[in-house]
Amino acid sequence: MVGDTLGRTISEKILGAHSGTDAKAGDIVVAEIDYAMGQDGTTPLSIKAFQKMKGERLKNPDRISLVIDHSAPSPNEGVSALHKMMREFSEKTGCNLYDIGEGVCHQLMPERGHVVPGDLVVGADSHTTTYGALNAFSTGIGSTDLAAVMLTGKLWFRVPHTTKIAYKGKMQKGVYSKDLMLHTIGLTTADGCTYDAMEFTGAAVRSMSIDARMTMANMAVEAGAKAGIFECDEKTLKYVAERSKRAPKPTSSDPDALFNKTIKIDSSKVPPMIAKPHSVDNVEPVDKLLDVNINQAFIGTCTNGRVEDLKIAARILKDKQVKKGVRLIVAPASKGIYLEAMRLGVLQTLVKAGAAVVTPGCGCCVGTHNGVPSDDENVISTANRNFKGRMGNSKAFIYLASPATVAASALKGKIADPREATQ
Amino acid sequence: MKLTGKVHKFGDSINTDYIISGKYKFKTLDMDELAKHVMEDLDPSFYSKIAPGDFIVAGRNFGLGSSREQAPLVIKHAKISVVIAVSFARIFFRNAINTGLPLVVCRDAGKIDAGDKLEVDISAGVIRDITKNIELKAEPLPPVMIKILQDGGLAEHITKHGGFEL
Repeated sequence: MVGDTLGRTISEKILGAHSGTDAKAGDIVVAEIDYAMGQDGTTPLSIKAFQKMKGERLKNPDRISLVIDHSAPSPNEGVSALHKMMREFSEKTGCNLYDIGEGVCHQLMPERGHVVPGDLVVGADSHTTTYGALNAFSTGIGSTDLAAVMLTGKLWFRVPHTTKIAYKGKMQKGVYSKDLMLHTIGLTTADGCTYDAMEFTGAAVRSMSIDARMTMANMAVEAGAKAGIFECDEKTLKYVAERSKRAPKPTSSDPDALFNKTIKIDSSKVPPMIAKPHSVDNVEPVDKLLDVNINQAFIGTCTNGRVEDLKIAARILKDKQVKKGVRLIVAPASKGIYLEAMRLGVLQTLVKAGAAVVTPGCGCCVGTHNGVPSDDENVISTANRNFKGRMGNSKAFIYLASPATVAASALKGKIADPREATQ
Repeated sequence: MKLTGKVHKFGDSINTDYIISGKYKFKTLDMDELAKHVMEDLDPSFYSKIAPGDFIVAGRNFGLGSSREQAPLVIKHAKISVVIAVSFARIFFRNAINTGLPLVVCRDAGKIDAGDKLEVDISAGVIRDITKNIELKAEPLPPVMIKILQDGGLAEHITKHGGFEL
């Protein structure tokens, strides 16, 4: 058969290795899960489903983390009851719990060493694709799927085809991985990679930090993808060696692997990009939107709340003041990042410039608390979604951009080109 | 199994934040209560218009966005029997089947209008638009999903077989 002579993609190799099969795109496999995660918006339903399955013990309690990040600290008694349910479940079953203030689940999984290259990871949150930055196959699932993983240690998958995205060239000054990813989603559209894995390659991504790669892998789901995977290199190995005792299993696609399609992007031609309301693929270069007024600017989230992001914002805001009337909200993505940003003086710079720093977590991005905009207001945010109502008010307008663009816009009170602010 | 009801029509890219907003979904596990807010940001009176057994018919990429299982659950608890769309986002697709909400993929869903009366035969993959007197073909669900749906959902599947039996 012709199919047998073809090489295999990263996704086929990882899902094959975890199911003991010679997995090919399109196959259905039942695979062993290396690590699983749930957050406070999804885990309570998983606990209910686990009980419905008559579950008592977790198959692998040491491979599960529950994270309280979506409404943290709790804004009301309803949420408090759900948080309590998670704490009691963790206590009873012996799985790990990250309580309020520890950070956003997608920062904690890589940062605390739960993921290494070659892993198969699932999370009850759509942005679980983030760990593809570490050469893992990681994907978002629902609460009942997570309950099945808790009980059996396994899950069924359809092995995805792969769309390869090759980025040649070097990004311009003032352009970041967020801009590259917004540009990419503009090309693919929001469902252009549905059921596919995206594989990111090329000179531009090889020169990126792990933080910058996480931004892109995080947003793979905004193109509909099941995973967004990078190759493993020295940066990946260094990142995981500092955090995990487990052996990495670097995995790469064979030269003759069969890709669904290949998209080639010249990174040097990509300007700072903005996703306009109300969809992530509604993108435009920043210089087309310079007259848009801003009421609130938000720097944080699993997309862009890392040390590198806060440093970029601080460089632009140093010894300056946010425009009067603009609210700048900053949420470091984890406690570790919070501490590091304090140590570096980055938080002092941001607060002096006018930023309100909130507890590491998801609140502002997902509309639970910590910065719900008012009617008819414009928000510029480093998050990954700008759906109507996303931040808690369906009459507000959300623009997505890089931390540099958000910081520059906070200074001007209008959408601003970060290439000018950094000069 | 043949189901009949009338159509509530939505467009392309109906995301999970529209289906159930984040401002409600994190507060409670009471799905009957959450169901009252289904599609609220698109149509504040939508819930009150639903008769038990009605259908949602939509365009491309229905259910994109969050992995929240509350999305298919509130649709089910709002007494919608089936969602018919041109295409579905991946996680929503899994979640719906896992929680026992039947989905029908139909390329020609655009031919159906709001208020039309339908007869849907899920196992045969046939949609009959009684109002228009036309018959549309649905794409078959993957066999693994039919198995889970037939067991009543993933929790029931796992309980019945003591694990995955796909």
